[in-house]
Amino acid sequence: MALMRITSPHTHGPMSTSRVMQNVLLATVPGVIVLTHFFGFGTLVNIIWASILAIAFEALALSLRKRPLGFYLGDYSAVVTAVLLGIALPPYSPWWLIAVGIASAILMAKHLYGGLGYNPFNPAMVGYVVLLISFPVQMTSWAAPRGVGELPGLMEALQACFTPTNFDAVTMATPLDVLKQNNSLLIEDLWQQNVQFGRWAGIGWEWASLAFLAGGLWLLYQRVFTWHAPVAMLGAVALMAALFYDGGSSASGGSPLFHLLSGATMFGAFFIVTDPVSSAVSTRGRLVYGALIGLLVYLIRVYGNYPDAVAFAVLIMNFAAPFIDQYTQPRTYGHAKRGDANE
Amino acid sequence: MYELIAQYPLFAALFAMVGLGLIFGALLGYAAVRFKTEGNPIVDQINEILPQTQCGQCGHPGCRPYAEAIADGEAINKCPPGGQAGVQALADLLDVDAIPLDEEHGEESVSQVAYIREDECIGCTKCIQACPVDAILGAAKHMHTVIASECTGCDLCVEPCPVDCIDMISEEESLQTWSWQLPDPVSREVDIIATDAQATEEAA
Amino acid sequence: MRQVYGFHGGIHPPENKHQSVAAPIADAGIPDALVLPLSQHIGAPAIPAVEVGQHVLKGQVIAEPAGVVSVPLHAPTSGTISAIEDRQIAHPSGHTARCIVIATDGKDEWINHQGLEDYEAADRSELLSIIRSAGIAGMGGAGFPTAVKLAVKPETHIETLIINGTECEPYITADDILMRERAEKIVEGAEILAHLVQPDEILIGVEDNKPESIVALQAAAEGTAVEIVTFPTKYPSGGEKQLIEILTGKQVPSGDLPAAVGVVCQNVGSAVAVRDAIIEGKPLISRVTTVTGEGVSEPRNYDVLLGSSMAHLLELAGYQHEKNKRLIMGGPMMGFTVPDAHVPVVKTTNCILAPTEAELPTPPPAQACIRCGMCAEACPASLLPQQLFWFSQGKEFEKAEQHNLFDCIECGACSFVCPSNIPLVQYYRAAKAEVIQIRKDTEKSEHSRIRFEARQARLEREDAEKEAKRAARKKAAEEKARLAAEQGNAEEDPIQAAIDRAKAKKAAQASGGDASESEQEKLEKAVATTRKRLNTATAKLDAAKQEGSDFIDALQTGVDKTRAKLDAAEQALHDYQQANTANEEPAEDQSSANAAQVAIQKAMAARAAEADKSPADKAREALQKLEARLQKSEARLAEGKAAGEEEKIISALESTVERLREKVAKAQSQTQETEAS
Repeated sequence: MALMRITSPHTHGPMSTSRVMQNVLLATVPGVIVLTHFFGFGTLVNIIWASILAIAFEALALSLRKRPLGFYLGDYSAVVTAVLLGIALPPYSPWWLIAVGIASAILMAKHLYGGLGYNPFNPAMVGYVVLLISFPVQMTSWAAPRGVGELPGLMEALQACFTPTNFDAVTMATPLDVLKQNNSLLIEDLWQQNVQFGRWAGIGWEWASLAFLAGGLWLLYQRVFTWHAPVAMLGAVALMAALFYDGGSSASGGSPLFHLLSGATMFGAFFIVTDPVSSAVSTRGRLVYGALIGLLVYLIRVYGNYPDAVAFAVLIMNFAAPFIDQYTQPRTYGHAKRGDANE
Repeated sequence: MYELIAQYPLFAALFAMVGLGLIFGALLGYAAVRFKTEGNPIVDQINEILPQTQCGQCGHPGCRPYAEAIADGEAINKCPPGGQAGVQALADLLDVDAIPLDEEHGEESVSQVAYIREDECIGCTKCIQACPVDAILGAAKHMHTVIASECTGCDLCVEPCPVDCIDMISEEESLQTWSWQLPDPVSREVDIIATDAQATEEAA
Repeated sequence: MRQVYGFHGGIHPPENKHQSVAAPIADAGIPDALVLPLSQHIGAPAIPAVEVGQHVLKGQVIAEPAGVVSVPLHAPTSGTISAIEDRQIAHPSGHTARCIVIATDGKDEWINHQGLEDYEAADRSELLSIIRSAGIAGMGGAGFPTAVKLAVKPETHIETLIINGTECEPYITADDILMRERAEKIVEGAEILAHLVQPDEILIGVEDNKPESIVALQAAAEGTAVEIVTFPTKYPSGGEKQLIEILTGKQVPSGDLPAAVGVVCQNVGSAVAVRDAIIEGKPLISRVTTVTGEGVSEPRNYDVLLGSSMAHLLELAGYQHEKNKRLIMGGPMMGFTVPDAHVPVVKTTNCILAPTEAELPTPPPAQACIRCGMCAEACPASLLPQQLFWFSQGKEFEKAEQHNLFDCIECGACSFVCPSNIPLVQYYRAAKAEVIQIRKDTEKSEHSRIRFEARQARLEREDAEKEAKRAARKKAAEEKARLAAEQGNAEEDPIQAAIDRAKAKKAAQASGGDASESEQEKLEKAVATTRKRLNTATAKLDAAKQEGSDFIDALQTGVDKTRAKLDAAEQALHDYQQANTANEEPAEDQSSANAAQVAIQKAMAARAAEADKSPADKAREALQKLEARLQKSEARLAEGKAAGEEEKIISALESTVERLREKVAKAQSQTQETEAS
């Protein structure tokens, strides 16, 4: 029997790309449960429908590109994209909205660039931004949280998704929307006049954010990613909010706690910013990358046109990632200086 | 002057534009002189990319003449020893499209070294005269031999030999020259990018 | 407690060391044949110093070192040299290499050998030469000649001598068991090495997963200057650069030797070998090798003679070859697969690993790189492996070099952690080889360019010189003609004559048309001038005879010589005319100055004709070409025979014709084949 001839190393660690993706999926579970608890089944329907579409589109793209289906579908990357987009979309989104988003994410942002690993932009965020620009009405009508509005049941959620009925009755402005549009009230008054603000950052939002934080910490513990990018991003958001928070005037941008726990801050920090494919590569690079995203998130939220900004901030920094890489090469063993790809 | 400008905004704009133009023009002109880069003439740069086998397969007597011809606009795909990689490098340098190697001038092959079967050599010196890099040693009526380390493998010495005693020997891979190859995705178990392989075959 | 430092990255693969360390070192015995590759070290292969059939004693030198970075080879036991030939060796390429094969006689008879009684009294260079002639080369795996490593420049101050007992690779226990069982020898070896390099401190570095070794070493080092330093287990802390950083906190500058930071590092196995060479006078002829993996039933360490086949060791350990699909020399991280179990054990064979498929599964196909950065976290050299991978894959070698590709130590930590199972190390090895090849090619092409330009310059200079001479001659002739005209006794106008000559030449060229005519003309001219000179000489001789001059004899010989020359010239012209009628090929007589140009044109024409041709056409073409060449050669042969050339040339021509006939026959059959298919 001929002996095999392959290159070293001959042993391999337990981690695989499929397991990385599975861990990410698992880590979203607490957040999804909290979202479902506060906003009803809308998010769950979003996720399931998005996943089905994502697998279908992925299979379509793979067969068009004549790649083996099983091997590539087995890496779960399409499902991760779908779940992330499903969470990011407002609950009770119509089916076509999700379909357009997933098509943009899988076909345009991922496979047009060569599939997993070759996409310069985060596919889920590309899908999100395409929808946000194209369908601003649907994208900004977020469901009212439990205790404020009536929560639809599962059947109603499915109806909302797959029939043309509209659930305007149960949607309301998110705390970030309200803050954005506010220009006369003190922060304290805002809290008093708008029930959805909850304790710190909005009913439902604060708990969902904490759940995503928990999931993210578990991923950190699992060593799926390093702490650098998320910590840098959260730190930058908190720092900006602290610097510009004047104690609650009408022009104020909200407290650091409010910014950390509202909107997509936590979700973005642990599930979007940590997407390795489109981010900077070195640890130092990821610190810069995360911090700049945090900075952009705050700037767009407070001074820009959109109430939330994680998607835009991430996409803008995706552009900058190769540039960051150039200037953040680590110092190699035995070299006096840090490497600079430009020398 | 100031009043004139204040009265006629058109003059103001004109004045500003012309003034700016002059200032920046002067700046640029100064920079062009002050920070002039002493680059290699293009012919030298092209010549550096060419493999210097001096084989004449391009139709020029040596690499430098071909470099000069390329600088004058000749096609960049006439150098088989440089291979497709050489064409690519030239295309990058000259900022033109990389075109496939022109097979009229020969095919890309492994590097070779001329070898004279010395007991058959009659000492005619014809190969010595043909060698573009003076890599053949010998005198009239005396045996000739190729200095292997100087030979570029151009095979120009083979044709003139009256007794056909020159062989072109391909350098065989040995323990010393062996190295790992880049992993070949096709050879791995799943035919992951079989279509890519087909595509390259079709292109070839 | 001594301060130890850390290094970036590193991994914790399953150790799997307990299997082979339970039993003590066993003697592997003397196999029937020993195969000793001439190159068991980094550097030039040794040169055989024995002949086939010669009887050698144990420890006798059988190959001499070739150059400074090279070591000799000794017979591991007594026996007869049965062959010096190419054999399969332990190398990932599967190529063969020159080996000395010894048929052992089982007597194990030692050659006379003697150690130094007091090494401290010995000269440093003497000790180094003993180490060198004992054939010791780094036994940790790389095989760098130990004496070269120890020969630090006298002005370099060595602060630390490090004896590497780390053995961070999984599975391997050869050093571990050596430290357990032969700790005294290691300490003694360390002291000898210290005597050589005179360091401020002597450290033996051991990972904390070898408590028995640490205890044994500490006991042996009691009362000596040797200090045992332990540190947490992490792969690849046994890498020389990493160990130096752990123990001293210093980093060896890129591309430099450890001596640059005042450190010399030696493996424990090398320390023992040095001790044996100095104290006992024994050369390196055996080593401790681990045989392990689930493919053997009794994994353990063997004291094995160099040159023993791996199969021999595997049999001793209970090899179940049906379970084993790949055989690895070295550990699972940096070892390489060997092509066959019958390759010999060499100086660097620290482990033979025979894993089962379940133990070390075949790597699955690589998935896409998702730039997760786990490799960058694991890299002990603080590189960005994912970037290096992209550059290697895209063949952007310049960028790979900028990202310090050459600082990669190929430890395999990146591949180990890669979730996508990408064979990263192979990419880096290939990229490194490619970069080195490109550097070599550039160097060679630069060299060729210089030679080509030098030749062009020389040819131009020669042409210019010829031109100058011609001009000078022309001027002289004109001057002479002018003088003659002035004197008024010219019988004919030389200018008119010159014009006539030129006209005649042109006419001849027009009718003949090619170079062969001018050759004939040259010969004719030679005949004419010689005849003229003969006439003048004869006239002079006659005049002298009439005058009764003293120079008659001298003039007579001159005339004779000129006559002989004339004969020769006439003969040459005759020959030439004959040959020309026999040989119609113009190529034969190309004037030599533009031979290269002509060759180029011919080759060009041939290539142009070759493009867009079917294989059958090509074959037919080749046949025609060969036939033409055959005809040419035959003509040349006939001509040579007619001219009565030297026997050697005739026979050479004959064999050429013969060979061409064979080639033609072969080409004919090939043509038929291609036309048939």
